[in-house]
Amino acid sequence: MSNSPLPGRPQTVYYFPTCLVDLFYPEAGMAGIELLQRAGTKVVMPGRQSCCGQPARNCGYYEEARAVARTQLAAFPNDWPIVVPSGSCAGMMKKHYPELFAGMPELPKIQAFCDRVFELTWFLVHVMDIKLVDKGEPVKVTWHGSCHSMREMGVVEEPKQLLRSLSNVTLVEADYEKECCGFGGTFSVRLPEISGAMVTDKVNNIVATGATEVVSGDMGCMMNISGAMKKKRAPVKGRHIAEFLLERIGKGDA
Amino acid sequence: MPELSHDFEHAAVKALGNQQLRTNFRRVMTGLINKRAAQFPDYDELQALRARGAAIKDRALAKLPDLLVQLEQNLIANGFHVHWAETVEEGNRIILDILKKANARSVIKGKSMVSEEMHFNHFLEENGIKALESDLGEYIIQLAGEGPSHIVMPAIHKNKDEIGRLFEEKIEGQKYTEDPDELTAAARRVLRQLFANADCGFSGVNFAAADTGSLVLISNEGNGRMSTHLPSMHIALMGVEKVIERLEDVGPLISLACRSATGQPITTYVNVISGPRKGDEKDGPKEVHLVLLDNGRTKIYRDPELRQGLRCIRCAACMNHCPVYTRIGGHAYQYTYPGPIGEILNPQMQGIEKAGDVLHASSLCGRCSEVCPVKIPLAELIVRLRREAIRPTGDTVKGGGSRKSQVENVIWFGWKSMYASPTLYRWGTWWLRKIGNLLPEGIPLLKQWTSVRSKPQFASRSIYDLARERGIRDE
Repeated sequence: MSNSPLPGRPQTVYYFPTCLVDLFYPEAGMAGIELLQRAGTKVVMPGRQSCCGQPARNCGYYEEARAVARTQLAAFPNDWPIVVPSGSCAGMMKKHYPELFAGMPELPKIQAFCDRVFELTWFLVHVMDIKLVDKGEPVKVTWHGSCHSMREMGVVEEPKQLLRSLSNVTLVEADYEKECCGFGGTFSVRLPEISGAMVTDKVNNIVATGATEVVSGDMGCMMNISGAMKKKRAPVKGRHIAEFLLERIGKGDA
Repeated sequence: MPELSHDFEHAAVKALGNQQLRTNFRRVMTGLINKRAAQFPDYDELQALRARGAAIKDRALAKLPDLLVQLEQNLIANGFHVHWAETVEEGNRIILDILKKANARSVIKGKSMVSEEMHFNHFLEENGIKALESDLGEYIIQLAGEGPSHIVMPAIHKNKDEIGRLFEEKIEGQKYTEDPDELTAAARRVLRQLFANADCGFSGVNFAAADTGSLVLISNEGNGRMSTHLPSMHIALMGVEKVIERLEDVGPLISLACRSATGQPITTYVNVISGPRKGDEKDGPKEVHLVLLDNGRTKIYRDPELRQGLRCIRCAACMNHCPVYTRIGGHAYQYTYPGPIGEILNPQMQGIEKAGDVLHASSLCGRCSEVCPVKIPLAELIVRLRREAIRPTGDTVKGGGSRKSQVENVIWFGWKSMYASPTLYRWGTWWLRKIGNLLPEGIPLLKQWTSVRSKPQFASRSIYDLARERGIRDE
C-alpha cells in the first residue's frame, strides 16, 4: 500500500461494508464502523453503494464489472478515504479498477478513487494509530489472512499486530497459514471438489492449533472456513477481526 | 504418452481421491517452498533480483526477432546447423530427417519440456527410432508410459516402492528394492550403456545467448552433459522465447531459476555449448543441430500483455506454491505444462476450445504471481484468458470466444442490473433476505457449496438499516 499517500488522521471517512457483509454479516460491518469511530473519526456509509464488482471481473465479464464499478464511484463523491473491512474487495477497487478502465478517458478519475481505498486493519494501524485496551478473558486465537489482503493490499502484519496488542489474547499460527482457504468466489462452486479439499485442509490446520477462535479480515474466506467448520462440527468459532477486537475492548464502551 | 480424456475436472476429482498422491505432492511441494524461502531471506533483495530477471527477459523479448537472427548467424558461425519449425509436426519432421540422414537408430535424451509439447518420443517410436530418456525422473516415467507431472521433477508423483516395482518389472535382472541409491544405480547401468552407444544425443535448452551463439543447459544429474557430449551428434531443441541478448545475462537468470526451483544456489552442472568438436579437440559431438520451435509462441508474442508469459524460465515455483496443483498433481492438467504456467500456456498453444477448462482451476490467490522469479503476473493473465474465452479481442488467442455461454451472459446481465442500480440492489437484497434462507440445499450452486460447508444464513436486516438506526450518516 506504499503507493498511496497517507491521508493523515482524517475527520471523516467513507465506509464500504461490502455486499457480502450487508447480506450475511452486518454486525461484522458495524463493528468496523465502531472501531473507526472509537479511534476518532466520523464515519459516513453512503446508501447508494453496492458491490465492488469483483465476481464479474474474475470471471472475465469486464463490461458488467465496469458498470458496477461506476456505481461505486458515484456513491463516494467527497475526497475522504474509503475504508473497507475486506482486503479482497479493497484489492479489487484499488488494484483492478485501473485495469478495468485502462485506456479509457475515465481512468484519471478512477485512479483518484483507487488512491482513496484502504483496508480496515491497515487503516486502523497506520492512519488512526488505534490503541486497544483488552477487557476480555484469556483466549487463544488463530489468524487467517486473505490472499488478496496479503498479496494485493500488502496487509500481512497489521491485523496480527492488533491481535498481539491485546494483553489477554494469545495468537497462535496455524500450519499453512498463508495458503488460500479455497474460497475464490465462483471457484468454490465451479470446482467444488478442489475448493472443498482446500477448505478441509484449512480447517484441519486451524483445529490443530487448539485455538478456540479463528479471525480474519475477509468475510468471504470466513464464510467458507466457518461453513466448513460448522458442517464438521469443529469446536472453533470464526469471526471478522473487527467484531473480535470490538468485543475485546468492550462494545459500546467509550 | 497414453491418450488423455482432456477433461480437467474429471481428472482433478480422480486425483483428489488418491490420498497417496496428495500426500506425496504436499510433502514435496512444502519442502520445495521451504528451500526456496531459505534461498531468499531478504525480501528487498528478492524483489530487486526479480525485477532484474524480468528486465533481462523483457529486453530480450523486445528485440526478439532481431536476436533470433543474430543467434542464428552466430550459431552458424560456430558450426551449428539451425532449423526453424513453426508447428509441432514440422519440428518432429525436421528432427526425423536429421536422424534419418545420419542413419541414427537410437537417441539418448536430456530433459526437454519442448519435446513433451511435441510428443517427440512417441513420434520417433512410430518411425522406428528409440529415444531413451536419461534424466532419472524422465527415465522413470518413460518406463511407466506416463507424461511428466512436474516440469522440473517429472516423476515426483511416484513413490520409492512404485519405482522399485517398476524397475523390477522393466529392467532385466533387476530385483525389487526401495533403496534410492540402488534404484539410481540400476538406472545408471542402463543409461551408461546408451550414452556410450547411442547414435544421437538430444537435449533441451535453458538459455540461448545471441551475442556468442551458445546454448546454456543446467542440470543436476550430469545426464545433460553426457547426452550432449558423448554421442557423435547432438540435437538441441528450444522454444523461440529462450533467446537472451548476452551470455552475461545468464548469471542472474540461472541464479533465479535454481533458487526458485529447488532452492539450490546453482545446479551441479552448467553447460555452455558453443558448437561441435573443433579440429584438434578429442571429444564432443561432430555435428550439432538446433531446432527452434514456435508452436504458438509468436501468437502469444503479438499481445503485449500475454507476452509476459514468455518471460518464463521454467523454474516451476508457480506450481510448487499453487494450492490447486499441490492437491491434484500435474497429470490432471492434461496438457504439457501443469500448474499456473500451464493454465496460461496450454490454452494458448492448444486453443481455448480444447484446453480452456484449466482457466478456472485457480482461486486467483495470487501466490504464483508473488513467487515468479521473472514477475509474470500469472493470476492476471489467467483472468485475461478467461476474458478471451468468452469475449475475444480479435484473433488474439486460438479458440477465443469458444467458451461463450448464453446462460452465463444472462446471469451476469442480471447481476449487473442489480448491482449497478442502488435501487435494484436494495430491492434485490431485501428479497434475498426474505427468501434466501428458505432455499433448499439441493439447488445448483448451493449444492456444490454445501458439499463440505453448511449453508450461509442471510441476515435479517441490512447493514444500511442497522447503521441508520445507530445514527451513521449515509451521505
